[in-house]
Amino acid sequence: MTKGYGDMRNGTMRIALFGANSGIAVATARAFAKTGARFVLVGRRAEPLEALAADLVVRGAKEAAVHVADLADLDALPTVAAGAWERLGGLDLALIAHGTLPDQTLLERDAVAARQAIEINFISPALLANALAPLFEGGRSGTIAVVSSVAGERGRRSNYVYGAAKGGLIRFLEGLRHRLAASGVQVLDIRPGFVSTAMTAHLKQGGPLWATPDRVADDIVRAVEKRRAVLHTPWFWAIIMAIVTALPRPIFHRTKF
Amino acid sequence: MTDIRDAWTTEVASWGGVARPRHLVLRPGTRAEARAIVADDSRLPLLAHGCGRSYGDVALNPEGRLVQMTGLDRFIAFDRDTGLLTCEAGVRLADILDAVCRPEPDGGGWFLPVSPGTRFVTVAGAIANDVHGKNHHGFGTFGRHVAAIELARSDGSVETITPESHPDLFAATIGGLGLTGLILSATIRLRRVAGTALEAEDIRFDDLDAFFALADGSEAWEYTAAWIDCLATGTATGRGIFSRARHAPGRAAVPPALRPRKAVPLTPPVSLVGGLSLKAFNALYWRKLGLRERVLKTGSYEPVFYPLDAIGSWNRLYGPKGFYQFQCVVPPGADGRAAIAEMLRVIAQSGQGSMLAVLKTFGDLPSPGLLSFPKPGITLALDFPNRGPETLALLARLEAVTIEAEGRIYPAKDSCMSAASFTRGYPAKADFQRWIDPAFSSAFARRVGLIGEGSRA
Ligand SMILES: Cc1cc2nc3c(=O)[nH]c(=O)nc-3n(C[C@H](O)[C@H](O)[C@H](O)COP(=O)(O)OP(=O)(O)OC[C@H]3O[C@@H](n4cnc5c(N)ncnc54)[C@H](O)[C@@H]3O)c2cc1C
Repeated sequence: MTKGYGDMRNGTMRIALFGANSGIAVATARAFAKTGARFVLVGRRAEPLEALAADLVVRGAKEAAVHVADLADLDALPTVAAGAWERLGGLDLALIAHGTLPDQTLLERDAVAARQAIEINFISPALLANALAPLFEGGRSGTIAVVSSVAGERGRRSNYVYGAAKGGLIRFLEGLRHRLAASGVQVLDIRPGFVSTAMTAHLKQGGPLWATPDRVADDIVRAVEKRRAVLHTPWFWAIIMAIVTALPRPIFHRTKF
Repeated sequence: MTDIRDAWTTEVASWGGVARPRHLVLRPGTRAEARAIVADDSRLPLLAHGCGRSYGDVALNPEGRLVQMTGLDRFIAFDRDTGLLTCEAGVRLADILDAVCRPEPDGGGWFLPVSPGTRFVTVAGAIANDVHGKNHHGFGTFGRHVAAIELARSDGSVETITPESHPDLFAATIGGLGLTGLILSATIRLRRVAGTALEAEDIRFDDLDAFFALADGSEAWEYTAAWIDCLATGTATGRGIFSRARHAPGRAAVPPALRPRKAVPLTPPVSLVGGLSLKAFNALYWRKLGLRERVLKTGSYEPVFYPLDAIGSWNRLYGPKGFYQFQCVVPPGADGRAAIAEMLRVIAQSGQGSMLAVLKTFGDLPSPGLLSFPKPGITLALDFPNRGPETLALLARLEAVTIEAEGRIYPAKDSCMSAASFTRGYPAKADFQRWIDPAFSSAFARRVGLIGEGSRA
C-alpha cells in the first residue's frame, strides 16, 4: 500500500481542495472526511467555504481550515499553493477542481470572455499544479489530482474553447506526470463526463449519461488509492471517448454534438 | 437560475406516479439563495420539495414554483455530548446514518430517534409530514425530537423557532405539510443506543386477533410492525407476519450503502405489479419463514427498517399509470379493530391486492404538530396499482370506513381524500390555517380545502 492511501486509512491524510465548493470537490471531500482527514479549503467566497468546513467536521474531518483566494488571479497562485502546503505542514493530496463551463456561442463573439475561459480552465489549474509540484517532489510522495474533462479529448463545435483549455490541461498533466514519475508523486487526471452540479444546473439533466457527484467522488477515491494516471468517470466515458476520438473526420463532421 | 421556458417543461411526479404536473423548479444551493426565493414576491405560489417520497400530492404544486431542497445538504454542527445535530433542510436521513450514526468501538453510538420505512427522505420532509417509524409506541413521531427549526416566511422574516420561543408556529410547522414557510435548517436530538445492530424476530400469525395479541405482548420490543396477506379471505383474513426488533447491546452494524446496489432503470410500459404477480408475491411472503413459526436474527438494521431501499426506484415497477397508497389510523379498541377487519374484507373482495400491507399499533405519546397524522390506535397502510375508476372506488370505500370509525388518513400517502374527510379527521384544521404562509400552496392543500381555490391568483 502506498503512503497516500495508508495515511487515508489511518485518518491522517492532509488534503487541499482548490475550488473547494465545486460539486465534485465537495463530494470528494465528504468521502475523505469519513476517514478523519484534515483539510484546507481554498475558494473565492468565505461563507460557503465556512459552511463546507463545518459540514466536513460533522462528517468526521479532524480539521477543516478555510483559505479565501481568487484562483483567477494568476500571479497569486504560487503563494496560494505554498500557503495551502504550509497550513497543514505538507499535503498528501491536492485536488484542483476549479473551472467554469462557459457558453460557447458567447465566446465566439467575445474575445475577453474567451480569454478568461482559457485562463480559468487551463492556465490557472496548470500553474497551480506547477507550483505544487516541487513541494510534492521534495516529499517524494502524495497525489496531485486535477479535474479536466472528456471535452478535452477532441475539439467539437459545441464547446471547442472549453475543450481546448481542458485539452491543454490534459497534455500539461501528461508532461508533469512524466517529470514527477521518478519522485513517486502521483499525477491524476480526472476526466468526468456529465455531472449534475451547480455548474451544469442550466443544462437539461437526467438520462443514463448523467452522473451524481457522489459517484464521481467514489471513483476519485479509488483512483487515488490505486495510483491511477487517468480516470474516466463514470467508466463508460472511456469507451465513448475511444469511439469519439477514433471517428474519421468526414463522419465526425456530420455530427453536431 | 433556470430559464423559465425550460423550467415550465419540468414534470415532477409524486412517488406514486399518479400525478406528474408541471412546475417552475428552483434549485437553491445555499440557505441565502433559498431565503431570496421566499422573499421574492412572485405571483406564483411556492412549495418546498424534498426527496419526493410522499406518495400523493403534498409535495406537488402544479403551475407553481417548486423549491427543490436537496441542494441544501450540509451539516452545520453536531454535539457529540448531547446528540444535538443541526443540519440544512435537504440533508437526508440516509446521510445522517452514514456520516454521524457510525458505530463506536463498543458497538453503540448515536442513532436516529425515529425513521420512516425509507432513509431517502430529507430532514425537512420528515418534519413537514411529522413522520413515524416502527417505534411509535416508544418514541412518538419525528417531530418530538426536533429542538429547533429555522424557518423563512414570505414576509421576509427568517427565525429560529423552538417549542418555547414560538409554540404556535412550531406546532403548525411540525406536520405542517410545507405550508407554513420554507424550512432552511433544523436541529434534531439524536438518541444514544447501546448497539447499532438489531435483534429481530419474525413471527407468523393466523388472524387479526393473533396480531393484536402479539402487539400487546411486545412491549419489550422497541420496533414493531406486521405484514398482512391481504389476499387471504374467510378465517384466514388478517393472517401475516409480525416483526419486532430491538437494539442488540454491544453489537455494531455499519450504515447501509448510500446508493442502492440494484435499481429499476426505467419505467416499463405496463405495470409489473398485477393480479398474478401479487398473488405470487403474497403467497411467497407468507411462506418466507418456511415451516417455522418464528425466526430470530441479529444483524444490520437495513432489512428491518428499509426493505424497499435495497432496490432503487422500485416505484417504477407499477408502470406509467403509477399506484396509490392508502394509510389510515383508527382508534384503539373494539370499534377500531372492527374497522380494520372490515377494510381487509373490502380489499380481499375487490380482488385488488396490495404488495405491502402493513399493520401497526400507535402508542399514546402525543404528536407535537397540529396536523400530525399519528394518534393512539391502529394504522393500516397498503398500496394499489392504479387501475382507474375501480381503484378509486375501492379507496373511497376505505376512506368511508376510516372516517366512520373516527379515524383519519395520512396526507403523505394520500391522493384522493375529500375535503370533508380531511376536516373530520383533523379537528385542528382551523387553528392551523391561521399559520399558513400566504405565498405557499400545494395540490393537496387546494384539494382538501386548507387553501381556498383561487385565494391567490
Ligand atoms: C418506501 C417508503 C416508506 C415510507 N415509510 C414511512 C413510514 O414508515 N412512516 C412515515 O411517516 N412515512 C413513511 N413514508 C413517507 C415519507 O416518510 C414521507 O412522505 C416524507 O415526508 C418524505 O420526505 P421527502 O424528503 O421525500 O419530502 P417530499 O415528499 O418531497 O415532501 C414532503 C412534504 O415536506 C415538505 N417539505 C420538504 N422540504 C421542506 C422544507 N425545506 N421546508 C418546508 N417544507 C418542506 C413538502 O412541501 C411536502 O409537503 C414512506 C415513504 C416511502 C417511499
